Amino acid sequence: MDYTQLRFGELLPYWDVLAKGVAFTVALTILSTIAGIAVGTAGASARTWGPKWLDNVVGAYVELIRNTPFIVQLFFVFFGLPGLGLKLSENQAAVLAMVINLGAYSTEIIRAGIEAVPRGHVEAGLSLAMSRMQVLRHIVLKQAFMKVYPALCSQIIIVMLGSSVVSQISAEDLTFAANFIQSRNFRAFESYFTAALIYLVLAILLRAALKAIGRHAFPKS
Amino acid sequence: MNALRRTTLCVLAIAAVSAALPAAAEALDDILKAKVVRIAVPQDFPPFGSVGTDMQPLGYDIDMAQLIGKELGVKVEIVPVTSANRIPYLQTKKVDLVISSLGKNPEREKVIDFSNAYAPFFQGVFGLKDIKVAKAEDLAGMTVGMTRGALEDLELTKLAPPTATLKRFEDNNANISAFLSGQVDLIATGNVVAATIAEKSPARAPVVKFVIKASPCFIGMNKNEPKLLAKVNEIIAKTKANGEINKISMKWLKAGLPADI
Repeated sequence: MDYTQLRFGELLPYWDVLAKGVAFTVALTILSTIAGIAVGTAGASARTWGPKWLDNVVGAYVELIRNTPFIVQLFFVFFGLPGLGLKLSENQAAVLAMVINLGAYSTEIIRAGIEAVPRGHVEAGLSLAMSRMQVLRHIVLKQAFMKVYPALCSQIIIVMLGSSVVSQISAEDLTFAANFIQSRNFRAFESYFTAALIYLVLAILLRAALKAIGRHAFPKS
Repeated sequence: MNALRRTTLCVLAIAAVSAALPAAAEALDDILKAKVVRIAVPQDFPPFGSVGTDMQPLGYDIDMAQLIGKELGVKVEIVPVTSANRIPYLQTKKVDLVISSLGKNPEREKVIDFSNAYAPFFQGVFGLKDIKVAKAEDLAGMTVGMTRGALEDLELTKLAPPTATLKRFEDNNANISAFLSGQVDLIATGNVVAATIAEKSPARAPVVKFVIKASPCFIGMNKNEPKLLAKVNEIIAKTKANGEINKISMKWLKAGLPADI
C-alpha cells in the first residue's frame, strides 16, 4: 500500500463516525451557546447593575476563566471534580466547561455593550417610573446586545472551534471522529483535511445562522 | 497477478531509486553517515518511558534506544512521542526507529516493519477487585477506559459486546486519570501500567480481569529497509545473549526476560 497517495475513499467506511461527530459538535455548540450567553448576560448585569461585592465576585470568575487555558479548565472539571465528589460524564463535563468558558468571555463583551448605553436613556426610563429591572431589560440590555452582537457572534464561533479539545476527555465530537479514523487507517492527511473542511463549513453556516437571527432580533428601524 | 505486478513495480521502483540516488537508498547508511540515529520513545508510559525529575526521558525504551545507539556506534537523538502519533512520526521520516513499547498487529505490519521482540508485555482489562469480569463477553453493559488507537482499543472494538461502552482517551495519562478519578472502574491497558497504578494508588489498585493479548514489544522501522532490519535484529540477538537486555528488564520491570522472548 502506498501512503504517499491520497485516498479519500478510505474514509467512507467511517462515515457514520464522522456524522455522529458532526451532530455532537453542533449539539454541544448550540447547548453551550444558549447557556453561556445566559450566564454572560447575568454576569454582565451583575457587574454593572448589582452591588459592589457581586461585581467583585463576577470579576474574579471572569479573570480566572479568561486567564487559564480551556483544556486545563476541561481537565479540572472532568478529572479534578470527582476528587470533590462531583462525578460528571464526559458529555456533561464538556458542556459545563464550555458554558463556564463562554460565560466569562460573554460577560465582558455584554458589559462593554451595557456601558456603551448613554446614561440619559437610563435616566429617561427611571423618570418614566420604570423599575430598575424594567430599565435594564427593555432599555439597556436590548441596546447592549444590538451593539455587541457581532463580537458575540465571533466569540460563539471561537467556542465552537475550541470545542475540538473535548475529544481529550473521550467525548465523541468531530475531532474525536477524525482522531479515531486516523488511528484506524493511518490516513492522517485525509482524516484531518476532511475534519478541517467540515469545521469550516460548520463555522460558515453558524455565522450565517447567527446573522439571520440578528436580522430578526434587531430589525433596522 | 496483482502480487506479481506489485513485485514488478517494487523492483522497478527500487531499481529506479537506487540508480538515481545510490547514497540515499538505505536508512542504515544514512544513520551511519550522519552518526546519529533518531529514535521515538514514549513520554507517558512508565516504566518504558517517562520524564524524570530533571526533565530527561527515562525508562526501559530509552535504555534500549541508548543500547542500540551504542551498538551502532552513533549518537542517539531521543524523540518523545505519544502512542497515537508514533507511527505517523515513522511514516513521515521524523524518526528512524520507534522504540515505544510497540506491539505487532496485521494493520501495523501493512505500514511498517518490525524487529524481533526486545521486551515482555501483555495487554489486558484491569479493574477494581470486586468487579466480576473474566472474559470479553462479561463487559456487556460496562464501561472500559482505553487509549485511542492502542492495541487494546483495536482488539476490544472487535471483542467487546455491543452493549459495552468503550471510552477512548487521547493518551495514556488521560486514561489513567480517568481510572484514578473514578470516571471508569475498568481500564484496558498494559501489565506494567497496571502495576504502576497499583503501586501509586493502593486504594484503587487495578486487578487483572483477563488478558487481551500477550504481545511482546518490537522495534518499528519503515518498510524496505532490509539492512537496518538485519542490523537491529543482530544487535537484539547479541545483547540478549550477553545479558544486557536482561539487565534493562530487571531494572525497569523488576523481572528478567521470559523464555519466549
